[in-house]
Amino acid sequence: MKNNFIRKIIFDEKSRSLLIQTLTIGIFAFIIYILVQQTAYNLDKRGISSGFDFLNMSAGYDISIRLISFTSEDTHLRAYFVGLLNTLLIAICGCFLATILGFLVGIIRLSSNWLFKNIAYVYVEFTRNVPVLLQIILYYSILLHLPQIKQAIVLLDNFYLTNRGFFMPSPVPKEGFGIVIASLIFAIIASYFLKKYLKKRQETTGRQYPIFLMNSTLIIFIPVFFYYITGMPIEFDNPVLKGFNFKGGMVVRPEFLGMLFGLSIYTAAFISETVRSGIISVSKGQREASKALGLKNNLVMRLVIIPQALRVIIPPLTSQYLNLTKNSSLGIAIGYADLVHGFGGISLNQTGRAIEIMMIVMLTYLSISLIISIFMNIYNKSVQFKGNA
Amino acid sequence: MRSLALNDLSHNKYYNWIVRNFFSTWLNTSLTIIALIFLYKIGTFFLDWAIFSADFKLNFQGQVITDRTMCSKNIAPGEYGACWTIIYARFDQFMYGLYPAEETWRVNLSFFLLPFAIIGFLFDKLPLRKYFIFFTFIYPFIAYFLLYGGPNLTIVETNKWGGLLVTLFLGVTGIGLAFPLSIALALGRRSNMPIIKSICVIFIEFIRGVPLITLLFTANVMLPLFLPEGVNPDNLLRALVAVTLFQSAYMAEAIRGGLQAIPRGQIEAAQSLGLTYWQTTRKIVLPQALKIAIPPIVNTCIGLFKDTSLVLIIGLFDLLGIGKAALADMTWTKLYYEVYVFIALVFFIFCFGMSRYSLYLEKKLKTDNS
Repeated sequence: MKNNFIRKIIFDEKSRSLLIQTLTIGIFAFIIYILVQQTAYNLDKRGISSGFDFLNMSAGYDISIRLISFTSEDTHLRAYFVGLLNTLLIAICGCFLATILGFLVGIIRLSSNWLFKNIAYVYVEFTRNVPVLLQIILYYSILLHLPQIKQAIVLLDNFYLTNRGFFMPSPVPKEGFGIVIASLIFAIIASYFLKKYLKKRQETTGRQYPIFLMNSTLIIFIPVFFYYITGMPIEFDNPVLKGFNFKGGMVVRPEFLGMLFGLSIYTAAFISETVRSGIISVSKGQREASKALGLKNNLVMRLVIIPQALRVIIPPLTSQYLNLTKNSSLGIAIGYADLVHGFGGISLNQTGRAIEIMMIVMLTYLSISLIISIFMNIYNKSVQFKGNA
Repeated sequence: MRSLALNDLSHNKYYNWIVRNFFSTWLNTSLTIIALIFLYKIGTFFLDWAIFSADFKLNFQGQVITDRTMCSKNIAPGEYGACWTIIYARFDQFMYGLYPAEETWRVNLSFFLLPFAIIGFLFDKLPLRKYFIFFTFIYPFIAYFLLYGGPNLTIVETNKWGGLLVTLFLGVTGIGLAFPLSIALALGRRSNMPIIKSICVIFIEFIRGVPLITLLFTANVMLPLFLPEGVNPDNLLRALVAVTLFQSAYMAEAIRGGLQAIPRGQIEAAQSLGLTYWQTTRKIVLPQALKIAIPPIVNTCIGLFKDTSLVLIIGLFDLLGIGKAALADMTWTKLYYEVYVFIALVFFIFCFGMSRYSLYLEKKLKTDNS
């Protein structure tokens, strides 16, 4: 009997896998138990208290780059949100810029001009083979070497480029500005329906309409019209040099610009490669067929090549967006106040709650990654082949 | 007559190539001209900065440069050339960190032996490959003995390590340790056992979902909390743990790609021959899967090699960390571009080399399979 039991465990696949898995769980539980015990003991010995109560304590430090107001009396929880917003800000701006630059470079790499093609190639090879951290630090130190406030480079009127950032006028809405915004929203909705209507017309009558031109006129013209009718309800608050610094206006800090340039120039090199391989993956026959139908070059690109290339481009593009978001945590190296710098760095040092804080930071990044993946998957589904699943 | 001359030219291979690539249309021609102007401006500026107007050991007055105030650009207002003296002056630090000067031959020897340890893995038609592979397995022990010390060699603590040594150490050791771990993870992720599978999936997806810097922080701050008293890994070892875990998750995904590419029939055929799971995996699946997976694995290695620069944030002195330290030194401060360009070049040489190798493999795989 007993012998039979052992035989079964060794030679029967099902019971063997059950045994292995039970053992794994056991070992895992044991390791975790030991770790928890050890950690609790160590924490106790060093006099570190644990728990999440610190979130409601006053942070005691200042964050210079912020989207919502923050003073040193505010709580760590608020510091977390300031950091989170900064992380999201740099991630969104970075993805946006990287996508534009990446598509541009990817298309240039396929151009027929040998020189342009190879300039793009050199750009790609140089940027993607050098650490992004080094690039961020390099761009940041270039920005810090711009002239000082007193000798600011003046771009247009009231735009100043200095080593403390890029100063520009900030718009201040006055009474009646709501109407302009409402008209803009109206114009966007109207243009959507106009597009739908014109597409339908095109399908029934065969006549083509300059939809893009008409819609962009609509979206630009209506708000501008209302803007003048309501008496130009935007005032510009210009930066004025007072003492050692500019007063008024708004400023884009060099930390932000350094991060933005570093992340987007680096990621664009990778995106350009995915764009290039996506476009190459569209078979030559597609291009030839659409040319034979008499489509112009830009229409071939827009209606035939790009939609098919997108199917190949989107999955790797998603992982590039994820990489960029994760790389935005490098802000700590140049003092960009993102999640890791403020909450994960200064709050951690002040409260000593390493485990709790790192857990929150990691979970936040995981959730951001998950959200990006979900959205990109939805978009991916919409560009995939339909019908032949 | 004129058309005849043109006809003659149009048969010329080079003429055709030039016309097609540079002057095919008016747009193309203008793009060529713009590109030429751009290249000329950038190229002359960069060459002038980096070479012709640059200071190497002497400045433009012929004096030996000993600190930054002696650099040409800090003497004469019109000069702007690079001052490469900082690289000369700090070269030992860039290479070895604070490794004792009389012991640096040990680092040099391990650098020198490193290619021999890797080469067996890289080229499968190498003569005497068996011996090279054997050397690969003993190299870590030699390197440990040489770098850290042991009998007959004085011990050099890792807080003295720095520069390229740390960068290469983290890169090579991280990849080396991550490799077996990643194979286990990839196999586990494709296992039929739900619990093993979910542990591997959670591990891989967790690591891939968080930035490396949070893992480095965690390892740096929390590793001492997890471990019993007295066991206190030094900073370099903590970073190595984080880097290895990070790399193993990414490598596991690359290997999983290779595993997925193996046709089901291969496994079924092996099973019908009576091979066990481990025999099938070791003799049939892995050799084929790894061969396919090497190019993506090399790509993750390039990523890791670049990411080792992040350890400067937790206070280690890798190549970039040493560079920042050099800039913090009052003797050489403000020579940012020289230092960063130099470090970028070092990283570029390694990463570009690896990417060429991965391309070479991809090409070889294509021809092998057709």
